[in-house]
Amino acid sequence: MTAGEQEPDEGGGLEELMAGFRATSGGATARFAAAQATIIRDLVGQIAELIGDEGPGGGTSEGPNAGATGAGERGWPDDGPVGPDDLAAMIGLTENAELPDDPVLARLLPDAYRDDPEASGEFRRYTEQGLRSGKAASARTVLATLPPGGGRIRLSQPEAQAWLRALNDVRLALGVRLEVTDDFDERAEEIGPEDPRSAYIGVYQWLAFLQESLVRALS
Amino acid sequence: MSVAPAEVERPETEEKAVPDSPWVTIVWNDPVNLMSYVTYVFQTVFGYAKPKAEKLMLDVHHKGKAVVSSGAREAMESDAETLHGYGLWATISHDS
Repeated sequence: MTAGEQEPDEGGGLEELMAGFRATSGGATARFAAAQATIIRDLVGQIAELIGDEGPGGGTSEGPNAGATGAGERGWPDDGPVGPDDLAAMIGLTENAELPDDPVLARLLPDAYRDDPEASGEFRRYTEQGLRSGKAASARTVLATLPPGGGRIRLSQPEAQAWLRALNDVRLALGVRLEVTDDFDERAEEIGPEDPRSAYIGVYQWLAFLQESLVRALS
Repeated sequence: MSVAPAEVERPETEEKAVPDSPWVTIVWNDPVNLMSYVTYVFQTVFGYAKPKAEKLMLDVHHKGKAVVSSGAREAMESDAETLHGYGLWATISHDS
């Protein structure tokens, strides 16, 4: 795994940073390097932005790039620099994000009826707002519980659940952009360093590992 | 979406399901979602025991899809909405 080559952060061993989540009596805990926290916050923040937050008292004041200064310092040694702008482009954070034919949005807010556009539209009218609010709330939970500088975080059960959903949404979005298929692991090896997607493969795989560890911690 | 999905309540409409016209919620295979996560979602959303949740997950994985719940249309729409909240690719259809 690419992230395994990450430099250890100050005050914590490499092993601990790569351990992912583990269970606690009340939820789950993990330790993140600043670079890891920055990447998660960037991606989750972009999902929140993309999905829109129109819930009560909403607003994405935390913003997708909160704490994202000093982008050049974060370490993803073999992946090349990953800055917020690159990530925004990858996720598809653009002014046309509201269009229903955006492939990432289409995956996050799918049709409920396979061959019945009318029923799908009706379903969407009644549920899409709530779905967007729920996803935005999960994203906000991640941003609220993960300091930009990283460190040890301790999540309650509901917070850990929100993390699970938010990490999954990020992975779905990256999966669309990376055109992930069932044989992706084999194809990933063929994507050379000159391919702009190569920087994100390590991130995608690391997030899968992280999500897996959180599922285990909650099971 | 409930903030604490472990406590998602089953919709009341399920109790009023018309037995002779079942609707179903189908989950489709997806190359991104983790097998462990899908199993966990089935356990959490439907309260299924782990063996049943794992069997459904494997059906999704190997057969491309699985029926994960059945009942009244409104209940299935509620299930699909919840599953969309978890990022699963769920659709509803009439089991005829």
